Amino acid sequence: MTIMTDPQQESFRPSMLLNDTRYRSYTFQFIALMVLIGIIAYLGYNLVLNLRAAGLNISYEFLGEPAGYDINQTLVEYTSRSSHLTAAIVGILNTLLVAFLACATATIFGVIAGVLRLSNNWLIRKLMSGYVEAFRNVPVLIWIIIIFTIMTAVLPAPSAFRGDDPDASMILGSVAFTNRGVYVPMPIWGEGSMVVVVTFILSVIGVFAYRRYAKKLLYATGRLLPTGWPSLAILFVPSILMFFVMGQPISLDFPELGGFNFRGGLQIGAPLIALWFALSIYTGAFIAENVRAGILAVSKGQTEAAASLGLRPRRIMNLVILPQALRVIIPPLISQYLNITKNSSLAIAVGYADITATLGGITLNQTGRAIECVLLLMLFYLLISLGISAVMNVYNNAVRLKER
Amino acid sequence: MSDTHAESVAYVRDTMLPESPPPAAETGVTKWMKKNLFATIPNSVLTLAAILVIYFLLAATLPWILNGIWNATSIRECREILDGATGGCFAVLSDRWNQLLFGFKYPSTEYWRPALAFLLLFVAAAPVMFFKYLPRQMLLFTGVYPFLAFWLIWGGSIVPPLLLLLGFVAAYVAFKALEKRGFGVAVLGGLGVLVVAIILAGSIGKIEVLRLEQVQSRDMGGFLLNMILGTVCVSLSIPIGIALALGRQSDMPIIKWICVVFIEFIRGVPLITLLFVANVVLAYFLPPGTTFDLIVRVIIMITAFASAYIAEVIRGGLAALPRGQYEAADSLGLDYAQAMRLIILPQALKISIPGIVNVAVGLFKDTTLVSVISMFDLVGMIRGPILASTDWNGVYWELFGFAALLFFVVCYGVSQYSQWLERELNTDHR
Repeated sequence: MTIMTDPQQESFRPSMLLNDTRYRSYTFQFIALMVLIGIIAYLGYNLVLNLRAAGLNISYEFLGEPAGYDINQTLVEYTSRSSHLTAAIVGILNTLLVAFLACATATIFGVIAGVLRLSNNWLIRKLMSGYVEAFRNVPVLIWIIIIFTIMTAVLPAPSAFRGDDPDASMILGSVAFTNRGVYVPMPIWGEGSMVVVVTFILSVIGVFAYRRYAKKLLYATGRLLPTGWPSLAILFVPSILMFFVMGQPISLDFPELGGFNFRGGLQIGAPLIALWFALSIYTGAFIAENVRAGILAVSKGQTEAAASLGLRPRRIMNLVILPQALRVIIPPLISQYLNITKNSSLAIAVGYADITATLGGITLNQTGRAIECVLLLMLFYLLISLGISAVMNVYNNAVRLKER
Repeated sequence: MSDTHAESVAYVRDTMLPESPPPAAETGVTKWMKKNLFATIPNSVLTLAAILVIYFLLAATLPWILNGIWNATSIRECREILDGATGGCFAVLSDRWNQLLFGFKYPSTEYWRPALAFLLLFVAAAPVMFFKYLPRQMLLFTGVYPFLAFWLIWGGSIVPPLLLLLGFVAAYVAFKALEKRGFGVAVLGGLGVLVVAIILAGSIGKIEVLRLEQVQSRDMGGFLLNMILGTVCVSLSIPIGIALALGRQSDMPIIKWICVVFIEFIRGVPLITLLFVANVVLAYFLPPGTTFDLIVRVIIMITAFASAYIAEVIRGGLAALPRGQYEAADSLGLDYAQAMRLIILPQALKISIPGIVNVAVGLFKDTTLVSVISMFDLVGMIRGPILASTDWNGVYWELFGFAALLFFVVCYGVSQYSQWLERELNTDHR
């Protein structure tokens, strides 16, 4: 007969710190912490020594001083007498602008290319894989520079649009591609235009509400409401009516040739176009692969099962394939958006005034505040990526397979 | 019964008719085209549109390429030869070939050295890439290669790299000798021997044997710089990435959090800001008076960048392993180092290969970013010295097309290799 007893509590010996697995992890962590603190202290000490030797100190007062440089494309009021902080804000807004534009167009390119890569058509399939491989395997910096070169060196100068028989002409009389940027008509928001905008926003909400109601009705009673043309009608009819009721408050200001340059309209600088287009076409190739993988991830059995239930092809796509494919597509899609935001820092190569070019470029060079500028720059990008990851986590939790 | 009707049957066929060929529309090219190109009306429209696109692309590029000028000394001469016709001025490539590949400061008499190092890279990489088909002894050359390449590219006496190599060999021997007494002890012992060897190498490394002309790091440029940054950073970042991934999976909270903060910080900022750090900030954190090569600083930052991404890829591989593998390793009585080395990592790394190759390709493409901090890599050379010269100002397409082609060949080759390797390593029984 054996009696189980608790092993006798051993008294603690120093050698147990290394040999006993219960204590060993504490030893390792302690060593790691000490090493980390040591490294940080060493670097900090060097920093203090170097700053003292250079007669510098860490301060952010330079942000309040006048920047003294011009930025040609700004979303907010900015002059060369504005502060470095304003310049940084201009940069932030420009970064967000190009990132937003590129995300939207990259998604469009990517979805089209990804779907077409699965087409039955051999030629289209090959063409699309050519596009994907060509853009995935060449650095985005080269694409940005190539497109910037097209914009600045190949497109005609504004003067080419002059004369009775000009070398270049405006597309539809309203859009001009010149080597100083692209001129497009600019909407002028007149009196009462807000009403139209609000109407439009309300109609967008209305469309969603209607589709929701149709779905609910379908699930509850089995009655199928048409969704295609009513959605279109809800989206546009009220806004157009309101537009005329308010007396056409929104008008377009067309660019016109005056003197050596275009006047009026909205000038979109070549750097913005180059960056926007290059980022979207480059990232579009990656998104195409994600889309293709997502669609392939839904097994054929799902389509067949849906078909055997008697669903029509369109509804199979909408109700069975897409919801499952989106769960695979969206997480990498969001990380591609993050990549676009980070790659937009390449703006500095073509002179687009994003945050890297203002705060990390000119401001840094003018003030010599390298540490502060780079720190703020990193903080900005870090905040953006943490924000996007947070959104992604929320989404992942929402669409996670509910397992029992 | 059959007898009674025998005479009423005039003729009974006793051989098969020869098969008649399928209808013309159902065979060969016609069928293939009907199925793959003109199945439906929208499909046919798409096909026609695609043919149109391809036609325009070829019409724009083919005359330009075929009519290209390869022998000229400046863009003006090119234009004179072309005399208004369409044609590329590829003479810039033949004229500035060495600059594009090696940068404009690398001594021209020594071009054979990086070229040789580049060729040997294939010999060194082959036994790793095709490990099933090549003798394992070739791995010895892979081990020697980094030191050889360093000596070839940077020059100087062969003694320091040789001593360093011997140091690594000694460290390996020490590791093997101590391995019986535990992995940790062996690693510490090996590291100790290595440090002693490095100190020894530093003290007696002044001897001049087989001296090659020394080339400074700042004189490296062109595609050579991209290749150096790409290969060095990828090979350094894989072990660091593995360590970070294991650290992130660790049960020890402090180690885990150090790894998490490092990885998330690096992944959250663009590479350009890290290059800014290498360029303007890093010097503040080093002891006063130390001068550090810019190329070394850049290598440090790019390696940190790549290892964070590789760590995440490997973490995915680790997470994909079934829990049972960890438990099986534990139940065999393996300690942590053994379990990782023998059970977990071989499987996790196999799963991670496509991801690692993706990171490697992305990293190689990102090496062009160093042109932003005024290093003269391939893109930097094109935008800087070549396009700024009076001879070649305005030859955009040929140069950028060449750069794009060079990167495409390398990156496409690597990704094809990774797909092949995936099939090769696939041990699923499907």
